[in-house]
Amino acid sequence: MKIVVCIKQVPDTKGGVKFNPDGTLDRGAMLTIMNPDDKAGLEAALRLKDQYGAEVTVLTMGLPKAEEVLREAMAMGADKGILVTDRVLGGADTWATSTTLAGALRNIDYDLIITGRQAIDGDTAQVGPQISEHLDIPVISYAQDIKIEGDSVIVERQYEDRYHVVKAKMPCLITALSELNEPRYMTPGGIFDAYKEEITVWGRADLKDVDDANLGLKGSPTKIAKASDKVRKGAGEKVTLDPDEAVSYIVDKLKEKHVI
Amino acid sequence: MDFTLSKEHEMVRSLFKEFAEKEVKPLAQEVDETETFPRATVEKMAKNGFLGIPVPKEYGGQGCDPLTYAMCVEELSKVCGTTGVIVSAHTSLCCDPIQTYGTEEQKQKYLIPLAKGEKLGAFGLTEPGAGTDAQGQQTKAVLDGDEWVLNGSKCFITNGKEADVYVIFAITGVVEKRGRLSKEISAFIVEKGTPGFTFGTKENKMGIRGSSTYELIFTDCRIPKDNLLGQKGKGFAIAMHTLDGGRIGIAAQALGLAEGALETTIEYVKERKQFGRAIGAFQNTQFQLADMATKVEAAKMLVYKAAMKKAEYATNPKVSYSTEAAMAKLYAAEVAMEVTTKAVQLHGGYGYIREYDVERMMRDAKITEIYEGTSEVQRMVISGALLK
Repeated sequence: MKIVVCIKQVPDTKGGVKFNPDGTLDRGAMLTIMNPDDKAGLEAALRLKDQYGAEVTVLTMGLPKAEEVLREAMAMGADKGILVTDRVLGGADTWATSTTLAGALRNIDYDLIITGRQAIDGDTAQVGPQISEHLDIPVISYAQDIKIEGDSVIVERQYEDRYHVVKAKMPCLITALSELNEPRYMTPGGIFDAYKEEITVWGRADLKDVDDANLGLKGSPTKIAKASDKVRKGAGEKVTLDPDEAVSYIVDKLKEKHVI
Repeated sequence: MDFTLSKEHEMVRSLFKEFAEKEVKPLAQEVDETETFPRATVEKMAKNGFLGIPVPKEYGGQGCDPLTYAMCVEELSKVCGTTGVIVSAHTSLCCDPIQTYGTEEQKQKYLIPLAKGEKLGAFGLTEPGAGTDAQGQQTKAVLDGDEWVLNGSKCFITNGKEADVYVIFAITGVVEKRGRLSKEISAFIVEKGTPGFTFGTKENKMGIRGSSTYELIFTDCRIPKDNLLGQKGKGFAIAMHTLDGGRIGIAAQALGLAEGALETTIEYVKERKQFGRAIGAFQNTQFQLADMATKVEAAKMLVYKAAMKKAEYATNPKVSYSTEAAMAKLYAAEVAMEVTTKAVQLHGGYGYIREYDVERMMRDAKITEIYEGTSEVQRMVISGALLK
């Protein structure tokens, strides 16, 4: 079985957020981590590898420094890493990103694609399902459990207060929730091995069946009017009350502000 | 000369840091307070390869360099000195001598499960009457047919009751050296559960209270003849060489404790207010922090340099890292003691309270000036090399 996991290097929210003048994130200037939902997706793939045997490839689009997140994934146990990087791909919204990733995925042999549900920087949850549309394969989103049965996947799909059990024939795409599992740590030896491996680097020219009009900032229908760092509010109001009184007090305040 | 860590080392540090913050730090206070050996943490470390970092892959290890191992002990010790020394004693004092002096059969039987973390290791040299004077030991081993028979006791043994495999030193005879009779010491591998091998007192310690420090007692303890480690009579050299490596581990532990105390104090002085200002705004605090940070950085350079010298030794056994290891341990241990003491002082009354991490760090730091060669022994090693 061949699994491709799409991962994203996202800003580490502990390190502060910086913006470019056009409102997009200044990714080169921020501390970064592997997006938590993607990490859960990678862990799910590695567990399938442990259980059924599989080749796990990690794919990311980003700046050249996004190579780090691929090395991290390989130090956890992924077999191959592919970085899609090109100036013309910068500033992509979800549409341009999914177009780019689909263009890369058309070059790769896969049975299963796993993406995170959503990235903590954009929080759109659109890229995974969009990729499946571009590639014309089924998508099962919000996976909280994944099993393989023959040439199909059986997924528990989270749904408000319950879950659906969905079966789909591979090839298909699954989007993973960070609640899916507890991702493993890298191993020290795995880190050194990961740096000995070669990362495949693709640019615009390597993307298959994509139109330039759908790539990068120019190909992004989303236009950012304004972006800013979270502004700290005032110190707020501190009151000391018994729990019962406190509940009534908070409810009254929320009503007063028309929140409820 | 390049003081920049490689990308691999940067990433491996982030791994150790993340593990320490998530898995070790939340338990540190309880481990100390209740003197509980952190078995679950040790199992997690085993699963992630932390118990065989410098051991070659063919023997179940991670195949990393001594610097990676030192950084692991450092990051663990930043949040918990107990956890740091568990890894250090296991790796430096048990895996290393078996890797260096063991036969292929011994490596297959003992090193592989140790490096995989399936078994935990310990080292027994110290005796009630033989601390710095390692030659003063009384434990004896006598060959009887196909077995060595051990009699005697060892004290202050780290990982004491929790370990599975022990490297034990004992007298195997008397030799004449320059007209004087001296004890011939040999090294042995002893497994837990061997009849005649029991545990004595558990030590009630000032610091590193979660580490299992026990007396080991050997009463007609029979071990296979093949469990002699290295050549008969070479035990003293094996012990000294092993301690050279061990000192890098303890130096890294001391460095971690100092760094942990410094980081905790930096956060504290930003928040603690006196006379209407954060105490970090006072020049005394600033100067204290500046001195602490400078010494921590100098200690780090010495520790990393010693680790890198040990890496050189791996490719060229003629290289000695003994002096570098002694300097690193001497300085890092004294810095750990000084920095943790200043950290307590800057915390004021709160620093003396058990709820505050610096109180534990100061108690943990003291042992780094004592075990695996006291600071005085390190000065002897260093001056011995200077005056050779």
